[in-house]
Amino acid sequence: MLNTANLSLDQAPPISIPFRFFLTAPLFGLAAAGMLLINGPDLFLTRWSPMTLGLTHMLTLGMLAMVMCGALLQMLPVLAGSPVPKVVAVGSICHLMITLGTVMLVFAFLSGSAIGDAVALGMLGGGIILFFVAVMIALWRVKSVSATVVAIRLAVVSLLITLLLGLLLGSGILGTMGFGDIASLVDVHLGWGIFGWIGLLLIGISYQVVPMFQVTPEYPSRLRRLLAPALFIGMLIWTALVLGEIFGALNEIVPRIWMFFLLSGFVIYAVVTVRLQLQRKRRIPDITMMFWRTGMLFVPVCALVWVAGNLSPGIGYNPHYNLLLGVSLLLGVGVSVINGMLYKIVPFLSWFHLQNRQMGLMCMTVKVPNMKEFISDKAARLQFRLFLLALLSALLATLRPDWFAHLAGLFFFASNALLLKNLLVAMLRYRETNRALLAYAESVRVPDGDVD
Amino acid sequence: MTTITETMANDHRHCDALFAEAEELIAQGDWAQGREKFEAFRNTTENHFSMEEGVLFPGFEQRTGQAAGPTQMMRMEHSQMRQLMADMEGAVAHEDDERYLGLSETMMMVMQQHNMKEEQMLYPMTDQVFAADAEATLQEMKML
Repeated sequence: MLNTANLSLDQAPPISIPFRFFLTAPLFGLAAAGMLLINGPDLFLTRWSPMTLGLTHMLTLGMLAMVMCGALLQMLPVLAGSPVPKVVAVGSICHLMITLGTVMLVFAFLSGSAIGDAVALGMLGGGIILFFVAVMIALWRVKSVSATVVAIRLAVVSLLITLLLGLLLGSGILGTMGFGDIASLVDVHLGWGIFGWIGLLLIGISYQVVPMFQVTPEYPSRLRRLLAPALFIGMLIWTALVLGEIFGALNEIVPRIWMFFLLSGFVIYAVVTVRLQLQRKRRIPDITMMFWRTGMLFVPVCALVWVAGNLSPGIGYNPHYNLLLGVSLLLGVGVSVINGMLYKIVPFLSWFHLQNRQMGLMCMTVKVPNMKEFISDKAARLQFRLFLLALLSALLATLRPDWFAHLAGLFFFASNALLLKNLLVAMLRYRETNRALLAYAESVRVPDGDVD
Repeated sequence: MTTITETMANDHRHCDALFAEAEELIAQGDWAQGREKFEAFRNTTENHFSMEEGVLFPGFEQRTGQAAGPTQMMRMEHSQMRQLMADMEGAVAHEDDERYLGLSETMMMVMQQHNMKEEQMLYPMTDQVFAADAEATLQEMKML
C-alpha cells in the first residue's frame, strides 16, 4: 500500500551518471559549431544534404537527447517517485552507445560509409532501446500517476517511434523494397522526434518545474490532464494521414490541415507557460527563465513560419524555409530550454550530493558551496548572451548563408565553449569539496558510504 | 471537509510567497524590509515544520508503525533547510546580498522538491491513514 521507498532521497543515481551526459552535450555543440565554421554556407543549401543531416543529428542526438536522457535518469525518482532500475549500468551503457552511435552516424552521413551507417544504427538502436526499457520499467512502477508521468511515458514512446523510423530510413531497406516517398517518411520521423519526444517531454517537465523554479500558479488542471494525451493521439492520426497520402489514398492537404491543429496545441502550451511566468511570485532575474522565455517565444514563431510555408507555395518550396524552421525548432526551442535547465540541474545536484555527504558525516569544518558558487550568475549570463547571438546569426544564415553562416559558427562555438567551461567549473568545485569531505571522513575514521 | 493535503499545501504556498518577497527585497538592496520578510519567512517555515514534526509525523508513524519511513526522510530535509535558513540569517546579518541570493536559490530548490514530495505523496498518504481523525489532527496542528 504505502511505498515508503518513494520518498527516499538516496535513490538518486551517483552524480557521475547525469554529469557525463551533461558534459557531452557541449562537446557535440562544439563539434557542430566547428562544422559551421569550416563549411559555413554549404550547410545552408538544403536540409537534405548529407552534411546538413549530420549537423542536425549532432544537435538532436548529441545535444538535446543527451541532456534529456541524462536528466530523466536523474529526475525520475523525484518527478515520478520511481528510480530507474540498475541506473549506473544503464546510464553508463546508454551514454556510451548514444555518444559513439551519434559520432558514427555523423561520420556515415559525411562519408557515405555503409559500415559506418550499420555501426551507428546498431549503437543508437541498442542504446536508445536500453534507455526505453529501463525508463519504462521505472514509469510502469509509478504508484501515483500524475500528468507529468503520463506525458513522460508518451514522450519516451515517441522516442522509440522516432528511433524505429530512423532505423528504417537509415537501413536503406525502403529503397531496396522500391519504396519511393522517403521524404514524407522523414517528416514522420522528425515529427515524432520534435513533437513527440522533445515536445511532450518539455510539456510534462514544465508542469513540475515552471511552478517550482519561479513560484508560479499551477498549469490549469484540464490542460495538464488532456494536452499531452491529445497531442500524442493527434500525432498517431497525423502519421496515419501521411501514410494515406504516401499510398495515394488522401490529398496531401489533409495531413497538413491536421498538423495545424497539432501546432495549435503546442502554441497553447507556450502561451500558458509565458502567462504563468508573468504571474510568478519569484521576480528576481533568473538565467534559466531567460532561456525558457526564449524557447517559449520560438514555439509560436515556428508555428507562424510553418503556416506561412503552407499558405504560400513560394515560401514552402524555398529551401530556406525548411532551414529556418529547423533552426527555430532545434536552436530556438530545443537548445534554449535544455541549456537553461542545465543551470538549475547541475548546481543543484552538486550541492545536493555534497550536502548529503556533509550531513552524513556531521562535518562542520568543510563548507559546501551554494548553487551560485558552483556556477555564477555572471558566467551564465555571458553564455546566454553568446547563445542569443548564435541563435540570431543562425536564423539570419538560413536567409543569407554567405553572410552569416560562419558568424553563426563562431558564436555557437563561443557559446558552447563557455557552457562547457561553466559546467567544468561546477564539476571541479564539486570534486574539490568532495575530496575535503572524504579527507575529513578519513580523519575521523567514519566508515564512508557511497563514494561517487 | 478540509483535507490535510489541502491545508498543508496552502501553508506551503504561504511560505513560498514570503520567501519570494524577502528575496526580491534583498536583491533590490532593501535590507530593512528584506530582513523583516526573511524573519517572517523563517518563522512561518519553522511553524510549519513543528506542525509536522510535533503532530503529523508522530501520528503517521504511530498509525503505520513506520518510524524509519518517509517521515524520517522529511525530517532530514527539514534539517537541511534549517541549516540553509541559519546560513541565510548569517548573510542577512552581514548584509551580504550575493551570499544570500546564492543560498536562497539553493533553499528554493530544496524547498520546492520537498514540498512536491509531501504534497504528491506524504500528505495524501496521511489523509488516507488518518481518515476520520484528519479534521481533529488539523485542529491540533493549528494550536501550535
